[in-house]
Formats: sequence, structure tokens, C-alpha cells
Amino acid sequence: MSTTETPAGVPSFELDRNALRHLADAQINVELDTGDMILNLGPQHPATHGTLRLVVRLDGERVLAADPVIGYMHRGYEKLTEVRTYPQITTLINRIDWLSSFANEVPFINAAEKLMGIEAPPRATYIRTILTELSRISTFILFLGEMGLQVGALTPAFYGFRDREHVLNLIEGATGGRFHPNFNRIGGLKDDLPWGWVSETRSVMKMMLDSCDQFEDLVAGNEIFHARTKGIGVIPGDIGTAYGVSGSNIRASGVDWDLRRDGEPYLAYPDLDFKVWTHADGDSFARYWVRLQETRESVRMVLQLLDGLPSGPVMAKVPRIIKVPEGEAWVETENPLGQMGYYVVSKGATGPFRCKIRSASFSNVSILPWLLRGVYVPDVVTILASLYFILGDIDR
Amino acid sequence: MSLTLALEVGWGTTMAIKTLVVLMIIPLGALILGYTFLLKMMSHMQSRLGPMDPGGFHGWFQLIGDGMKFIQKEDLMPDGADRKVMAGAPAVVLISTFLVFLVIPMGPDLVVKDLDVGVFYALAVSSLSVIGVLMAGWASANKYALLGALRAAGQLIAYELPLLLAVVGVVMQAGTMSLQGIVYAQRDGSIFGVDWIGNPFILTQFIGFLLFLIAAQAELTQTPFDMPVAESELVAGYMVEYTGFRFLFFFMGEFGTAFAFAAIAATLFLGGWSVPWVHGDMANLLGPFVLFAKLMFVAFLMFWARFTYPRLREDQLQAFAWKVLIPIGLLNLLVTAVFKVGF
Repeated sequence: MSTTETPAGVPSFELDRNALRHLADAQINVELDTGDMILNLGPQHPATHGTLRLVVRLDGERVLAADPVIGYMHRGYEKLTEVRTYPQITTLINRIDWLSSFANEVPFINAAEKLMGIEAPPRATYIRTILTELSRISTFILFLGEMGLQVGALTPAFYGFRDREHVLNLIEGATGGRFHPNFNRIGGLKDDLPWGWVSETRSVMKMMLDSCDQFEDLVAGNEIFHARTKGIGVIPGDIGTAYGVSGSNIRASGVDWDLRRDGEPYLAYPDLDFKVWTHADGDSFARYWVRLQETRESVRMVLQLLDGLPSGPVMAKVPRIIKVPEGEAWVETENPLGQMGYYVVSKGATGPFRCKIRSASFSNVSILPWLLRGVYVPDVVTILASLYFILGDIDR
Repeated sequence: MSLTLALEVGWGTTMAIKTLVVLMIIPLGALILGYTFLLKMMSHMQSRLGPMDPGGFHGWFQLIGDGMKFIQKEDLMPDGADRKVMAGAPAVVLISTFLVFLVIPMGPDLVVKDLDVGVFYALAVSSLSVIGVLMAGWASANKYALLGALRAAGQLIAYELPLLLAVVGVVMQAGTMSLQGIVYAQRDGSIFGVDWIGNPFILTQFIGFLLFLIAAQAELTQTPFDMPVAESELVAGYMVEYTGFRFLFFFMGEFGTAFAFAAIAATLFLGGWSVPWVHGDMANLLGPFVLFAKLMFVAFLMFWARFTYPRLREDQLQAFAWKVLIPIGLLNLLVTAVFKVGF
């Protein structure tokens, strides 16, 4: 289905061809100004979590057209990978989606291992899965609070930061870094888990379930929150898929697709018993609800993994100097923000010849011009918050 | 003349003293509300401590220090701003707050001017502040400020009506518009013959009290109705271009007005300065403290809602005012009228 047709059930909106011109140019071009107000949201704006710039054309408070301008945080990581060795690159890709750094490392390391034909020992695989799920929990707990802040409730944001701290402490206890663990090595992990970490994790997971209950009560159960999010920013499943929206955002549109279950098997996910949550509505509330359920599901997965944690080494036998044989590999994983993929091309050197990074937020944000037509200014903020992007993940 | 004001002073001197006291009330009230609720209560609700160091005891000096910082700051204005209007706007907001305090009684004799149309006057002058807000938004030459100011204007117009309807119920029951008269009506009144606590109108006008609180929340642009300053959307709304001393004026105006509205609500619904079995000089002495305790209770309710709820959208707010609050207010008025005639 083409993206220009409006599917049934979505309110039709008359397209103003004039309004869809590149608005960033229109701002300095007086000729194009037809009396509507052009409002520049960002790059410094509290709703854009960083430096996303959104040029919106307003009629009163109604958005006629919106044009995201990205690139204010571009750090050239794809190019940088070409002049770094494989072990150095994990440091870079930690900083792509900085809220769930550990989950970023996994697909790249997997791609390198795939090319080298090395398999990490089962204990390392399990610990990787646990840490990936922990970073998912920390990202989503923050989102659950932050979303409240974006629709105007100050207090949940602080609860989000407070509860996330426990998970960050766990990640710090295992890896030594709160945000940028840099813990993955080709062939395994840097270290084994510290003593007492497993029982500590179990108790923190119970706290996270309580925290989810609290957010369900405080934010998802609030009538004003319902009024602000239900029916706002509806992404129909087919249009979302056409734009490449992934992760919780597309599952909230009723598309039952999760790479942990449906993709090529990776980490310990084939051993796990978990449910993929979807929501039929596709609006901002659905996205909030799906993330809430996924946080709980992740907690259950971590508990399962802790129960089945095998013993043994955490590092496979790897050569001292890592040279990846010639070849190409594409590995995609289900990251907290959506589908994250690395296409690694190796020419047999110590670093990759080319590395293409497919990050989730870039595609998630690409639907904004379609999504923001006809909504009010406060809804722009709701939609931005519910899509949940990280600027580092857009600009790389 | 009562004991507390026993000094034989002329009318002019009395008036000067009273005016000075009222002038002091705005910064003082803003400080008290800002410290108690904005700094400490909100912090504890959000499981943090808030300021602890300035002043030694739980950071009581924090806001005063902030105020001193604001006074020292450079007075910046954007290039395209209408300088005179922009400079005048905070004063308009502050003056409207100041005028409200003139009619609030703090004791049998402690009132600057007990007007016969007291409530009417208070509500009228309190809505003057919207002129200041519009001036600020327009003169700032900023699109965010403009959006915020227009939202404020639409919101204040919509919420003036439920506010009035809530007050009319009280006026009808008391039989007077004078705030002093309303206090006396509550002190000397009775509910179906029971008169030992008088008749605080919160008991008979409970719906009116709720209406008043909700509408006052919208008038004060506090969450859930804080769209004019919505920080996640409009950054700071009409205040976005203000710095230093003028911003301080807005800040004092915001909390001073909250103080004033809490005082009006305490006077209208909780019996104002009166407590049972306290009369004469004692009432003059205790009155300010009693009123303060009551208004702090009302302010607590307001700020509790402020720190708990998300923000509505502007169109939802208008719909709420016209479709829910005003019909309820009219119904409340009707029932009050029936009871007034019937009993």
C-alpha cells in the first residue's frame, strides 16, 4: 500500500501542497509566507530530548505541516568505524542510543563474531541477555515517567529517575559503567558477574514490578492523561511499517513483530518463554501501554534467565590480535527503541571496511511529517514523547 | 477602636499603615507559598529533599537568595520588543494582585476598606492581570510568548464565569457581597438550628467550594490548567523573554495571586478570620493567624493538585468550563435559591 492513501478509520486531512515545501527554507524566504505562523521547535526545546529541530507551520494552534530537521548531533560514527579496530568500536556505538548502551553493543559484536565464526560461551550469552534486558528496563522506566512530564505532570518524571537508578546500579555493579558499559568483547564478556549480583538483581526486579504498578496507577490511570493521549498520533499498522517504524511503536499499532521472537535467533532468546505485547489502537496511549507491559515482560525474562544461568567461562578462545576474515554480515536486534542493525563489511583487516548502522529512532522519527499534520501544538509534544527517540540514535 | 489599634491616629496615618502592610503581604505571601509548597512540599512528594543549606534550617533562605540574584541580573529585552509595554506588563500583574488584598478582612477591624461590593470588586480586579499577561506576550516579540498569552486570555475569560457562579451561591446565602459581612454571616449563622460552629459555607456550599477551587486553579494558570506557561510545550509561555527583576515580578505575582485566591476562598468558605468562641479584641489579635492557617489549608489543596495532575489541552479546558463547570454552577445556584426561599 502506498503511503499517500489514507486508510479507513484515519480522519482524512486535506493536503496543502504549498505547506509541504521544505519549511526550513521557507523560514528565510519571505515570499512563501502566507500568513500562517512558522514556529521553530528546537533545536533547544524541552520536548525534543536533545537537539531535534522541528519547523512547524501553524494555523492558530493547529499544525498544517511539520518538517523535522536533524543532524545537529551528527558525530560521524559510521565513518569513524572505518578507522578504528573492532574492540575500539564498541566504545563508539555505546554512544548511539545512550540510554541503552549495552543493547547497542550486542548486534555489532554478534556481527563480528559471525564473521569470525566464534561463538560466545553459554554463560556469556546469558549474561549478555540479562544486561540487554536490564538496559531495556532502565530505558522504559525512564520513559514511563518522562511521558508524564511531557503531558504536564511534574512528579512522575522524578519517580522514573529514582527507580531507574536501581537498574543503573546493577549495570554498574556488573560492568563498571552506569551509561557506557563497554563490557562486550568479541567472543564473550570482559568479566564474570560479581559476587551477590544475582540475588541483588532478583530483589531489584521485584521493585521494578512495583514501580510499573505505580506508573499504571499514577500516569496510565489518570483521566487527564487519557484525554491527552487517546486518539492522538494514530499510526496505522501498514503506514507505520511503510515508514520503517519499529519496536514498541509498531507493536502499539497492532503489528505483532518482535525480532527477539521473529528474527534470526540471537542471544538466549530462543530459550525464553515470553509474550510479545501488542495494542490495536496505535495512538500515544497504546505506545505508553505497550512499553509498560514490555517492562514487566522484561522483568519476567530477567528472572527466567537468572534461574537458568549456566556455569562455565565467559570468554571463548580468541586470537590476541583480532582480524576479521573477509566477508559481509548483517545482524539486527530488537533494541529498546526498535530495530537496530549493523551491516559490517570486512576486508580482512583489524577494522571494518564499511559499517552501516540502522538505528531505530531515525526511522521512527521519519513518520513525523505524516503524523503531525492537523494536530494541535500540545499534541506535537505528546506524540514526540510517545514515539520516544534518542537524538544520538537519530544522528549517530 | 479596639485594643490592638488603640493608638489615637488619624485616618491618613491608619490608611498609610494598612497600605504598607498590604504592600508587604505580596512578597511575604509569595515567599511563604513558594517556600512551603514549591520548594519543600513538591520536593517531598517527588522523594527528594529540595534546598537544605541556604539559611541553615531546611533552606528557608533559598527564595530570598534567588530574589537577590534576580535583582542583580541584567535587564535584557529582545530586539523587536515593544519596550515600554514589555516593561509595564509585570507591574500590571502585580498591581492587580495588590488591589485584591485591599478588601480581604483579617479581623473585625483589620481590613483596609470593607467595600459593600467586596467579592465583586476582588474578582474584578483579579482578572485585570490578564491585561498584563497579554501585554507581556505581545510585546515580547516571541511566538511562544504570543501563543502563551493568547491561551491565557482565552482561559481566563472561560473561567471567570464558573468562578462567579461559585461565589454567587455564597453571596446568596450570606445575603451580602461585603467580605466582612460574609465572615459574620458564617460566624453567626446556623445549620438547621445547630450554631456552635456557626455556618462555614464549605458545609452548605461544598460544590461551590470545589467549583471555586477548580476555577481559581485555571485563573492562577496552575496545573492541570497551566497551558499559558506550559513548560514542555511553550517553554515558559508569556514569561519566556523576561529575565531578572521583571521575571521576579511575575513570579511574585503568580504566588501572590495564589495567596490572594487562597485567602478569598478561606474567607468565603471557611469563615475567614473567625473561630468559634473568640470575639472582640481577641479576634483582632488572632484573626490574621486564623486566616493564615485557613488559607494555607486551601493553598495546600491547590498545590497538591498542581504537583499531581498532567495538563489538559486548551480545547479540552474550554469544553470542561462550558460543558461541565458552568452547568454545575447554575444547578448549584438553583438549589441554593430553593433552599434560601424554602428554609
